[in-house]
Amino acid sequence: MSKIHVTTTINGDPVDFLCDGGESLLDVLRDRLGMTGSKEGCGTGDCGACSITVDGRLVCSCLMLGAEAEGREIATIEGMADGETLHPLQRKFIEHAALQCGICTPGILVAAQSLLERNPDPTEEETRYWLAGNLCRCTGYDKIIRAVLDAAKDMREAS
Amino acid sequence: MQYHAPTSVDDALRLLAAENGNCQILAGGTDLLVRLRSEMGDDPESILDIKRIDDLRAITPEAGGWRIGAAVSGAEMSEHAGLVADWPGVVEAMNLIGSTQIQGRATLAGNLCNASPAADSVPAMVAAGAMARIAGPDGARDIPVAEVPTAPGRTSLDKAEFITSIHLPARPERGGDAYLRFIPRTEMDIAVVGCGVALTLDEAGICNAARVSLGAVGPVVMLVEAGAEALIGTPLDDAALDALAAVCSEAASPIDDKRGTVAFRTHVAGVLARRAASIAKTRAGGAS
Amino acid sequence: MALDSKTGTAPRDFKIIGTRPARPDGIDKVTGRARFGADMSAPGMLVGRVLRSPHAHARIKSIDSSAAEALSGVHAVVTRADFSAPGEDVADILDNCMAGEKALYDGHAVAAVAAASAAVARQALKLIKVEYEPLPHVTDVDAAMATGAPALHEGRANETVPEGHSPNVMARHAFGHGDIDAGLAQADRVLERSYRTEATHQGYIEPHACLASMGPDGQADLWCCTQGHYMVRNTCAAILGITQGQLRVTASEIGGGFGGKTTVFLEPVALMLAKKTGRPVKMVMSRAEVLRATGPTSSSSVDIRLGMTSEGRITAAFAELRYQGGAYPGAPVDMGAMSAFAPYDLEHVRTIGWDVVTNRPKAAAYRAPGAPMAAFAVESAIDELARDLGLDPLEVRLKNAAREGTRASYGPTYPAIGLEATLRTARDHPHWSAPLGPNQGRGVACGFWFNFGGDTCVSLNITPDGTVNLSEGNPDIGGSRASMSMMAAEELGVPYDKVRTVIADTGALGQNEVTDGSRVTFAVGLATIEAARAAKREMCKRAAQVWGIDEEAVIWEDGAARPSGPNAGEHPPMTLAEIAAIASNTGGPIAGHHEVNAEGAGVSFATHMVDTEVDPETGAVKVLRYTVFQDAGKAVHPSYVEGQFQGGAVQGIGWALNEEYIYDDDGILQNAGFLDYRIPVASDLPMIDAVILEIPNPGHPYGVRGVGETSIVPPLAAIANAVSASIGARMNDLPMSPPKVLAAIQAR
Repeated sequence: MSKIHVTTTINGDPVDFLCDGGESLLDVLRDRLGMTGSKEGCGTGDCGACSITVDGRLVCSCLMLGAEAEGREIATIEGMADGETLHPLQRKFIEHAALQCGICTPGILVAAQSLLERNPDPTEEETRYWLAGNLCRCTGYDKIIRAVLDAAKDMREAS
Repeated sequence: MQYHAPTSVDDALRLLAAENGNCQILAGGTDLLVRLRSEMGDDPESILDIKRIDDLRAITPEAGGWRIGAAVSGAEMSEHAGLVADWPGVVEAMNLIGSTQIQGRATLAGNLCNASPAADSVPAMVAAGAMARIAGPDGARDIPVAEVPTAPGRTSLDKAEFITSIHLPARPERGGDAYLRFIPRTEMDIAVVGCGVALTLDEAGICNAARVSLGAVGPVVMLVEAGAEALIGTPLDDAALDALAAVCSEAASPIDDKRGTVAFRTHVAGVLARRAASIAKTRAGGAS
Repeated sequence: MALDSKTGTAPRDFKIIGTRPARPDGIDKVTGRARFGADMSAPGMLVGRVLRSPHAHARIKSIDSSAAEALSGVHAVVTRADFSAPGEDVADILDNCMAGEKALYDGHAVAAVAAASAAVARQALKLIKVEYEPLPHVTDVDAAMATGAPALHEGRANETVPEGHSPNVMARHAFGHGDIDAGLAQADRVLERSYRTEATHQGYIEPHACLASMGPDGQADLWCCTQGHYMVRNTCAAILGITQGQLRVTASEIGGGFGGKTTVFLEPVALMLAKKTGRPVKMVMSRAEVLRATGPTSSSSVDIRLGMTSEGRITAAFAELRYQGGAYPGAPVDMGAMSAFAPYDLEHVRTIGWDVVTNRPKAAAYRAPGAPMAAFAVESAIDELARDLGLDPLEVRLKNAAREGTRASYGPTYPAIGLEATLRTARDHPHWSAPLGPNQGRGVACGFWFNFGGDTCVSLNITPDGTVNLSEGNPDIGGSRASMSMMAAEELGVPYDKVRTVIADTGALGQNEVTDGSRVTFAVGLATIEAARAAKREMCKRAAQVWGIDEEAVIWEDGAARPSGPNAGEHPPMTLAEIAAIASNTGGPIAGHHEVNAEGAGVSFATHMVDTEVDPETGAVKVLRYTVFQDAGKAVHPSYVEGQFQGGAVQGIGWALNEEYIYDDDGILQNAGFLDYRIPVASDLPMIDAVILEIPNPGHPYGVRGVGETSIVPPLAAIANAVSASIGARMNDLPMSPPKVLAAIQAR
């Protein structure tokens, strides 16, 4: 079984790796590149814990082949903070206690960031529908939604 | 497993022919990768990714309507103002599939060729009169979308063929379309019943053309001709909509499964048809 | 030297308790740095995968793994034959982890492989030949109790089960006092109803995962996501025949548990594979495996008989509860039977619980195990009777509410409890009087959980620069490290960020009960406070030494040792940091520790209120508004208390409306994925308002009560009552999926 050589960009860094034809990008990130921030909760695109963006588009990395990353710009949770400086969403999640166990948190942060890039002033309903593909079992979503709306407000005021 | 990413339709066809039936087409991957990873799943010898073929990523105006490349995602469709204005029902149907993440990848052609009886985009495409363009060794051919799925999980396509685009016709004057589905939660579920309605009104507000399509209530999507008959020639008043509902319940032939019962699906088919027709009427400029 | 006694509950001005500081693991979790069960790897690691039975019930006649073992890249295959006979207390657990004579449910593990890659492991599983003799199966609890039902085990019923019952009936529990018939005779209205609920899964987003290694000398290391790594250590040691000291278990961060990770599934198998191969073995479950082969909760069939006067006083309360706990005894029907009528002051009350086995995966705990289904039946019955009599549902509950001094239906007499406070607060809350529109209804229900204490060790160690290292043994499932740091900081009088709480591995402390029973903030908190008090005593001793005065003349106040009393003399206070800096010169490093089997956990009561709207043409239910009123005793970190209220309520919403295990006629699970096992998504829900009440628990120095479990107990009935009010017909069968609601509407 010969492997595919993929050259791509992850969180702004040039990266290349070898992978099998049928290997998912999530498996590549976690098992070949050691980037375990994206999680596998279901493997079927139903939970969103593996969320990343590809060329700015929010997707489930469990439903993408590693080979498809060729030439693309991948962004994962590991690239959300700017060095020591947390993204406002990350800060607000801690402030609002918008996480309990934290397993869904990376996926939700990536998804929320994608929302706010497109819609800096979402309503509660828009936020809930955008995040419907990110399952959380601990929080009941209440504090998550509050954190996202509060981060959006901060980001609007800062810009 | 081999991975191919050709950059032209001709290269893709050559590869398909060479693989001799053991090759799966990859567009958005939201169905294919689930099948690959499942225990009883597919084990193809190779995967052919069509997303590097530039033509297949485009939405282009054609004959007053729109040609949507097979690699265009639902999210891209929803960002295309012209498409949304002309066929909001088709776009909303596509964007009901799964989550934001799924819509970032899923495609019309993929949804169609997965051939689930409950596929969301298909009733809307059928109601709109969409045509699928199929590339094969003998050239390209166009067929109505409804002729693609033949049974759950099966299509009429030959293994050496694939869909390169979907064409939506020009939106008629005073035309409107809508798609509704029933699911137990608010998102993320497979449709228990789906209904797509496209209709046009004359200057007096009387319906002069209609297509009504039901999903998830039979082995493949169904075009309910009697539904159109119940609407044509009427002002789409309560009586007409009641008749439509009754006809659709009658036409539905669902099964009992983990997502719904026969009785439930039969009843809700009628309810959704009425509601979808009302929305289509409003979009066509009719009085609500 | 005067320090607080253990059980002081006089109100005090807390400086840190009750505030909302950032949790210590927050940054790791928002950046993706935190390491969960599947995030660890080791050099030379192999991938382990499990072969599972495709039959609901079958005799395993033979297993031929030769072809699998011959496959290049396969290092070992393990079956039950590799395990020696276990002790009685782990026999069922081992059988559940690796089937012996019979496969007892669809998905039951029958063999496992360790291979060089996931792809090879997957291929190897297909090469293992298992010869099954399929047997008749049963998945329904009432069918399993019937004469002639297919029997899973023979002769395992305990002495509480009368003669003549199906061999699937494992135990009968009975609680209560008084005379039901006498009570019913006093009633103006008697209700007899039956209720059914389906099995549900805890639904944690993180699948089970572990990484095991074992050397030829029997020393073993295990990394796993678990609610109790000491339990994992003890259970795996017993199963593998090694001592607890030989196995060191490290708990990863855990991506949800809710009780489902208070037992083992993969861990003994991974250790056995590691032993056989001499290599580290990593095992991670798929979502389908989690649903098929871990521990959902019981489905239930409950009969209620309730008598009420026309003024709303309950005169008799009877419940018969039948729960199936999967393929082994131990359904939580005893706790269901004990908790069912716990909120009420009753002269005549009786509950009978039947523990039944079926061909389903072995049930594990799920947040207040056994209580939600019982409360569904009881609270629905009370609601129905109240409405029939034209009475206000909250007033009826107030009229019958248990209070301090009430003899509980399950035996003990209540100390100070918060039930009436939650009911009155609910009644006076704007939600109760908010107007409702067409097709909308409002429901209320009460709930209770015992809360537990259990074995706990805490070690508090002070560094030379005055940082406080707190080592405890309970995996943090909801933010408890923050609460421990807060309690230590409060007790020591130092800033919160001077305390660092870590979950120590099993080599560091002796024994800790799992993170369950809503016990951590209570028991680990109590032990933390005692450990801090011990450290304070030691620091006072050091200060006394420096000042040349008696220990008794030194007190600890505001983060420093101070001279106190007429003969103490004048000495400037010594802060914790100052004493720490000279610890070496005054006898050595400073620490405090505490070990206890904690008792004195306080029960927690709640009232939930919910508004629903039902689409009359489709039966779809929308939750419009939800308010939780619950007694926390003392909320150490209010955000995390609110989080427990909200999380439990939403799990209850899922259980009430959409979640269920669906089996076909062959006993095969039909919905082993998040697509068709439908947990609530963000767009399904409104904000969940959380109202914290504080009626202090006298058994904890700060008054803390556990809160994590009570919150899942009321929602099933609260929503059923709301839906019933929305449509004008009772819903007695969960989940209230749209086809059932529509059928109820059409049958009106």
